[in-house]
Amino acid sequence: MSIVIEDLTHVYNPGSPFETVALDHINLEIGTGEFIGLIGHTGSGKSTLIQHFNGLLKPTSGKILMNGLDITGKDVKLREVRQKVGLVFQYPEHQLFEETVYKDVAFGPMNLGLSEEEIHRRVTEAMELVGLSFADVKDRSPFELSGGQRRRVAIAGVLAMKPEVLILDEPTAGLDPRGRDEILDQIKNLHKKYQMTIILVSHSMEDIARLVDRIIVMHQGKAALTGAPREVFKHVELLESIGLAVPQITYLMRKLKNLGQPVREDLLTIEEAKQEILNWLRRK
Amino acid sequence: MLRDITIGQYYPVDSIIHRLDPRVKIVATFVYITALFLVKNFVAYGYVLLFLTVSVLLSKVPFPFMVRGLKPLFLIIILTFGINIFMTKGEIIYQLGPLDVTKEGVIQAVFMGIRLILLIIGTSMLTLTTSPIQLTDGIEKLLDPLKRFGVPAHELAMMMTIALRFIPTLLEETDKIMKAQMARGADFESGNIINRAKSLVPLLVPLFISAFRRADELAMAMEARCYRGGENRTRMKELSFHGRDMAAFLLVTVLLVAVVIDRF
Repeated sequence: MSIVIEDLTHVYNPGSPFETVALDHINLEIGTGEFIGLIGHTGSGKSTLIQHFNGLLKPTSGKILMNGLDITGKDVKLREVRQKVGLVFQYPEHQLFEETVYKDVAFGPMNLGLSEEEIHRRVTEAMELVGLSFADVKDRSPFELSGGQRRRVAIAGVLAMKPEVLILDEPTAGLDPRGRDEILDQIKNLHKKYQMTIILVSHSMEDIARLVDRIIVMHQGKAALTGAPREVFKHVELLESIGLAVPQITYLMRKLKNLGQPVREDLLTIEEAKQEILNWLRRK
Repeated sequence: MLRDITIGQYYPVDSIIHRLDPRVKIVATFVYITALFLVKNFVAYGYVLLFLTVSVLLSKVPFPFMVRGLKPLFLIIILTFGINIFMTKGEIIYQLGPLDVTKEGVIQAVFMGIRLILLIIGTSMLTLTTSPIQLTDGIEKLLDPLKRFGVPAHELAMMMTIALRFIPTLLEETDKIMKAQMARGADFESGNIINRAKSLVPLLVPLFISAFRRADELAMAMEARCYRGGENRTRMKELSFHGRDMAAFLLVTVLLVAVVIDRF
């Protein structure tokens, strides 16, 4: 599913002293099957932007086209839009409410009015996708699971709607390193295996560099910069001036370069850097 | 959606009304309400309206903003108006099916309508120009004399501060959970009453859980900073009584006296 954002502006509390322009004439295009990384410091408009993708927020002005259909229109069935665009909020485990994991994951499919068998199939599938053992946890209360497991239940709840686009707002916030890696691997898998379009909001430049095809940098309600990670992370000074950074390893390579060593400085992952440093040492 | 509620909201600008001592504003509000309910004819409403207009103008709170606060109460105003217009006995001037519209009814309805509007705008002046912290400070000070009779004034004020402090937080939380469930296809807006009540479960359960978690965390954080009740506590901002407070106090007293004199 392709998403086109045309001249999108969103103003909170218009006409009051609390008026704030959260999005300021944004133009974006997201192609089918793309893996997008959305970065920006707190308050840059990321969360506001992603809530427009499934019609939770209405733009003050501008258009949002999903496969050419403007979802800001009056007679658009929002439930259909929300089925196609799954949104996982920050700390999604805070939205769990059912007595059992099964019932909670089934909440979305139930709202879609699917048959019992279809719901059962989707719940099984969604739990498998996030790496939860169906037999072990389906009858347990979500509240007796660990934090990481609870988060996965919540993500499964969105996946069970079978979205074509999956948006995740800091899915790894507050998780331990292992939980973080597991969730990111599963997201990568969703993109690779199911060609799902993914929009990942994250503050970890490392994760973004490692995973995404294209980065969108938000700053003061505008899309300040977009491009492939290697392109975007070249703009170190610009990124730092808006409260962001580049991956640690990129800093290391820059330092080496500044010390007069003939190495590439546009490297993003430890693997790449290792190779480059080995080559450099061999050449020496 | 939930952000549109302006009733009880604080409007942060600097004006002479904002700078008044909260105690004076609280007492003045009570005097104002008393005066409003003692009004017997439209002339006395003139006095109240004059007083209100002056304070609104001095407060620098834009009038449209105040009117927006009236919106949720519009139904109540219409209802009062309707009941009064049809339920008052007297000289019939118009008949609407089985309902009689009387001259007394119209007068009574207009009279009550004005009273309600003046009541709402007048009392919202207090919250619009006084921050929640000042408000509870004022209440605590006003309740001070009652401490002698065992009224836990400080604790009450603290409870109020905390409650007020968490209203926006809980509204935000409600908004967030609502959106999260809507993203999963939940529908809070259509269906009959039973279905709607049922659809609130996915909202209320997470909301309660988070409210308890927040309460727990807050208690812990207060404990960690060695909080204990009112005794010997000093405060950052002491309330003090100025000339303007005296003036405000006199003004509202004049209003009350004028209204009382008008009754006889």
